[in-house]
Amino acid sequence: MASSLQIIGAACAAFSCSSTKHGTPSLVSVPERRHGGVGFSRSNGAVSAIAGSGVRRGVVANATKVDASATATKTGHELLLFEALREGLEEEMDRDPRVCVFGEDVGHYGGSYKVTKDLAQKYGDLRVLDTPIAENSFTGMAIGAAMTGLRPIVEGMNMGFLLLAFNQISNNCGMLHYTSGGQFTIPTVIRGPGGVGRQLGAEHSQRLESYFQSIPGIQMVACSTPYNAKGLMKAAIRSENPVILFEHVLLYNLKERIPDEEYVLSLEEAEMVRPGEHVTILTYSRMRYHVMQAAKTLVNKGYDPEVIDIRSLKPFDLYTIGNSVKKTHRVLIVEECMRTGGIGASLTASINESFHDYLDAPIMCLSSQDVPTPYAGTLEEWTVVQPAQIVTAVEQLCK
Amino acid sequence: MMALNRLVSSSAGGALLRPLSALSLCTAADTPITVETSIPFVGHKCDPPSRSVTTTATELLSFFRDMALMRRMEIASDSLYKSKLIRGFCHLYDGQEAVAVGMESAITKKDCIITAYRDHCIFLGRGGALVEAFAELMGRRAGCSKGKGGSMHFYKKDSGFYGGHGIVGAQVPLGCGLAFGQKYAKDGTVTFAMYGDGAANQGQLFEALNMAALWDLPAILVCENNHYGMGTAEWRAAKSPAYYKRGDYVPGLKVDGMDVLAVKQACKFAKEYALQNGPLILEMDTYRYHGHSMSDPGSTYRTRDEISGVRQERDPIERDIEKEVRKEVDEAIAQAKESPMPDPSELFKDVYVKGYGVESFGADRKEVRGVLP
Repeated sequence: MASSLQIIGAACAAFSCSSTKHGTPSLVSVPERRHGGVGFSRSNGAVSAIAGSGVRRGVVANATKVDASATATKTGHELLLFEALREGLEEEMDRDPRVCVFGEDVGHYGGSYKVTKDLAQKYGDLRVLDTPIAENSFTGMAIGAAMTGLRPIVEGMNMGFLLLAFNQISNNCGMLHYTSGGQFTIPTVIRGPGGVGRQLGAEHSQRLESYFQSIPGIQMVACSTPYNAKGLMKAAIRSENPVILFEHVLLYNLKERIPDEEYVLSLEEAEMVRPGEHVTILTYSRMRYHVMQAAKTLVNKGYDPEVIDIRSLKPFDLYTIGNSVKKTHRVLIVEECMRTGGIGASLTASINESFHDYLDAPIMCLSSQDVPTPYAGTLEEWTVVQPAQIVTAVEQLCK
Repeated sequence: MMALNRLVSSSAGGALLRPLSALSLCTAADTPITVETSIPFVGHKCDPPSRSVTTTATELLSFFRDMALMRRMEIASDSLYKSKLIRGFCHLYDGQEAVAVGMESAITKKDCIITAYRDHCIFLGRGGALVEAFAELMGRRAGCSKGKGGSMHFYKKDSGFYGGHGIVGAQVPLGCGLAFGQKYAKDGTVTFAMYGDGAANQGQLFEALNMAALWDLPAILVCENNHYGMGTAEWRAAKSPAYYKRGDYVPGLKVDGMDVLAVKQACKFAKEYALQNGPLILEMDTYRYHGHSMSDPGSTYRTRDEISGVRQERDPIERDIEKEVRKEVDEAIAQAKESPMPDPSELFKDVYVKGYGVESFGADRKEVRGVLP
C-alpha cells in the first residue's frame, strides 16, 4: 500500500511531456515507484501535482453539494428530466445562434420524448430541423454543418437507430479533427434514449456504450438526474469535441428540484452520490437507482457503501474513482452495458492498471446479460442487474 | 490542350495564339474569346447551358499550366510511391485534371469543395502548396495534415476545401451539411460535393440528395464518372449508368469532363442554378489513366488500347510547356523530403480539442495521470 504508482491513463501511453526529444517512442509505460501523497496533475505544460488527501480540484463545482443546498433552501424549480434537457437546450440555443437540432420528429412533433418540445415554433424550421428517416445522412449533414462552424445536436429518436449512422459517427465525427491535423473541429452532440425498459424489444433497448466507447475523438457522458442532465447537455453543446450524451428511456420522467441559476457541469467528472467507507460502487445512468435501492438494504445490514455515478463514460474520472478506491479498497461496478467489451470491462482494466496496489479484493462487475433484450417483462427484468444481486455482490466482496 | 487546339484551328484569332508561351506577353491576353465545346451538354429536367464558353488567352494559359502541374504532381507521386517514399493508399488523378481546374475557374474560395480519396489535385486547385501535398504524402511534419492524414485526407480550411475522405460516398452527406451551413449563414455560396461513379450507388447519396432537395440547399453533386468503381466497370455496378439522371426529381447535367471549358461552363451554370433552385447533379465524363490505387495496375479490367485511345483522343492536356512545371514539382519534392517526420508527441495531438472551459482534466487520456503513494 505504501508503494507508489504512476498512472498515465488507461491507454498506457508513454509520451510524457518531457520525452518529446526521444527519437523513437516507447509504447510501454513504465510504472514509476516513488513515495509521496495522492496527487493528480494536469499536464498541459504546467504540472501542478496535488499532494495529500482531502485536496480538491479547484475547477469543478461539487455537484452533490449544489443539489443539497438547492433542496435545503427550497429555491430553484422542480422539473422532469426531459424538461431539464429541454431547458438546457433552450438556454444554449438562446445563447448561441449557431446551435441547431437535427433529427426525426424533433420539430413540429416536438421530439419523441419531448426534449425539443415547442423549440421549432420558437427558433424556426432551420434551427430545429425535422429530417427524413435517414440517420446515416442526417448525421453526416450535421457533421458537415459543424465543419462550417455550426453546433448541431443530433437526436437519435432511439439510440439503436444511430447504428445506421455508425460510419459517420466513427469515421467522420470522431476522426476528422485528427486527420485534418487539427484544422477542423466537430462540435456536435449526439444524444438520445437508450437502455433497457418499457418492453421495447431488442432493437429499441440497446446498450450501445460498448460500441461507441472505442471511437477515438468522441467523448461520452450519461445523465441520470434532471440536475446532471441539464448541466451535461449544456456542457456537451459548448464542447468543441463531439459528445455522445446517453439518456435512458426510463428516466425521462424523474423529478427533481434544480437551481434557477445557470450552471454547466464538467464532461469529465464523476458524481459522488453517497460517500461511504466499505466498498466503492461505480455505476451510471439508470443503474444508479438500482444501486441506491440496494444501498438501503446494505446500510440496514451494517455496510457503508460509497456510491459514485461515473457520469463520464469516456474518459473516466480516474481522480474521483482513484480516491475512492484508496479509501475503500474494494470495487463493485454496476452497469447496464453489455458484459462483453462494455464500460465495466474498460473500467475494470483501467482501475487494475492504475490502482491495483490499493485493491484488497478483485474488482467485481455486474453487467447486463449478453443477450438481445427480450420482450417479455420478466425476461427483460432478468437482462439487467437487479438490486438483490448488488446486495449479494457487496456481501461477497466485503467478506 | 484540346480547347486550345480547337481554338487555334477554328477561330480567326488562331494566328495570335501561336506560340502559346507568347500569350502572356500579348496585349490581347485579356480580350474575351468565345469557344464552342465539342460535345454538347445533356440536361435532365433542366435546360443545358450554351456550348459557347467565354474565356481569355490568359485564362487558357493558366488552365494549361494548372493541369500540367497536376499531371506532373501525380506522375511524380507515382515515382515516389515506387521508390517507397509514399506508402499506404495513394489514388492518382491524372486524366481527370480538367474537372478540378474547370471547377475552380467558375467558383470562389468561399464556395466549398468536398471530395473522396482522390484528392491531391483538388487540394492543389484550392490553392494548396505542392510542398504541403508531397510532405503529406510522405508522412512529414510539413504536410497539410501534419502527416497524420495521408493521401486520402488533404484539407485546406482557409480556402474552403473540406477533404479528403476515405469512405466511399460518406462525404456526400457531409457536403450537403456544408451546404446547410451556407444556407444557414445566408452567404450566397455553394458546395460542390464530389464522388465517383462507384459511390453513385451508395444509399446515403440518395438520402442526402433528398434532404438537399427538400430544403433547397445550395449543393451541387459532382459525379466524376471515370467509368470504373475500383475495378468494376460502371455497367456492371449500375443498372442505369446515366448518373446525371439518377437524382430523379433533381435536375442533372452531363458534361464532357475532359474539356476544361465545358467543366467551367457547367460549374458556372450549376452555381447560379443551385443558389436559386437547390441541388443539381453534374456528371463529368472523365477518365483516369492510373489504376484505382497504387496496388492496381489498371489493366486487368480494361484494355491498353482503351487507355491509349483516351490519351490520344480525349486527353485534357497536350504536352507542351512542361519543363518549368517539372522543375517546380521537383523542387517541391526536394523541399518536402527535407521536412522531418512528425514528432512522437504528435500521436496524441488533435484527438480532442482542449480548453473549452468546462473540462477538469482534459479529454485526452494521456492527460489523466495520477501519482499515488
